[in-house]
Amino acid sequence: MSLVFVGVCSHAPGITGREERAPRELRDELYAGYATMRAALEDTKPDALIVIAAEHFANFFMNNMPSFALGMADQYHGPIEDADWLRVPQRTVKGAADLSRRIISAIMQTVDVSYCEEWKFDHGIMVPLHFLDPGNKLPVIPANINCQGPPLTPLHRAWAFGDAIRRAADTVPERIALVGTGGISHWPATPDSGRINEAWDREFLDKWSRNDRDAMLAYKDTEIYRNAGQGGFEIRTFISAAAAARGRGNVICYTPIPIYAVGCTTATMEIV
Amino acid sequence: MSLYQLSKLMFDLNRDNAVKEAFRADPRQVIVKYDLDDEERRAIMDPDIGLLYVLGVNGQLLMHYAALLGIEWSDYLQRMRDGVKMHGPVRAGIYTMTTSPDEKVAG
Repeated sequence: MSLVFVGVCSHAPGITGREERAPRELRDELYAGYATMRAALEDTKPDALIVIAAEHFANFFMNNMPSFALGMADQYHGPIEDADWLRVPQRTVKGAADLSRRIISAIMQTVDVSYCEEWKFDHGIMVPLHFLDPGNKLPVIPANINCQGPPLTPLHRAWAFGDAIRRAADTVPERIALVGTGGISHWPATPDSGRINEAWDREFLDKWSRNDRDAMLAYKDTEIYRNAGQGGFEIRTFISAAAAARGRGNVICYTPIPIYAVGCTTATMEIV
Repeated sequence: MSLYQLSKLMFDLNRDNAVKEAFRADPRQVIVKYDLDDEERRAIMDPDIGLLYVLGVNGQLLMHYAALLGIEWSDYLQRMRDGVKMHGPVRAGIYTMTTSPDEKVAG
């Protein structure tokens, strides 16, 4: 049928793993944000969910790093992390290999993408699924953009990837939902963890909400690294989501929570 | 200097349960398969999280490695700060420290 839902959200492991260490009201605001996003997702009755992730070396490494990858399996497993550390239970997630194959074939008309018949989910996909599909019902198609091992996928290619996903989704009969997941500014897994550049985040979210392609693609990685940290490179997932949706974004919540190491965000975007 | 090999070891530990089990049973039997120098071997065997951080291991790998060792979050952050104090600034990669070793941002 077409693309029926687009959203973005944070995936930081602290959101679940250090859940109780945040001020209660901030934690509750974020969790309510995920609940709102989940309700919006469920309302669109999707047949499958594409998650555009910025994975953290669960599958891809510098021996053979793809700019873009999509899963093409009937099932996936996660999280790879210690389940007690992440506090997200292990699960087997349904895939949709045949649908993946059709979507990948369509994307390949314009964007070179690696396909993967094996894929292990890390917190980058499992934390969003924990909130957005707690019943483990939705078939999932994982997608990845290299936001970790430089040279990174250029921002304008992230846009092209999202645009290709949109065109591919519009060619299949199934109802496709899409969630991009990443941080805005953050310095994860370093001693700086907890540093958040709220002004930078709000400026980025404003550009994202207006779906201002030129403004989003004008960022340079040197500037992102300086002002938004290595975690800021994950804006690629937000940019792809915007390219797919083509509409305006609605930020459900933006809550800087230092112990979770990120300005925690949930948002949906109008599809036009 | 073989940061790639050191990182590869952590990548394998990160995702492969068989490697995890072998490492828990006898880390020396696992690390011989990677082309590491003495400092890197020492950092793994101690284990010296601070030194691994300074050597430039990507934080996303190091965070998971620390979790595998059962190191609590705040302790993990402190070990990196201590590492920079002891061994100097991060030598490679994109996970450098922008705060001072005596500064605690969160956790």
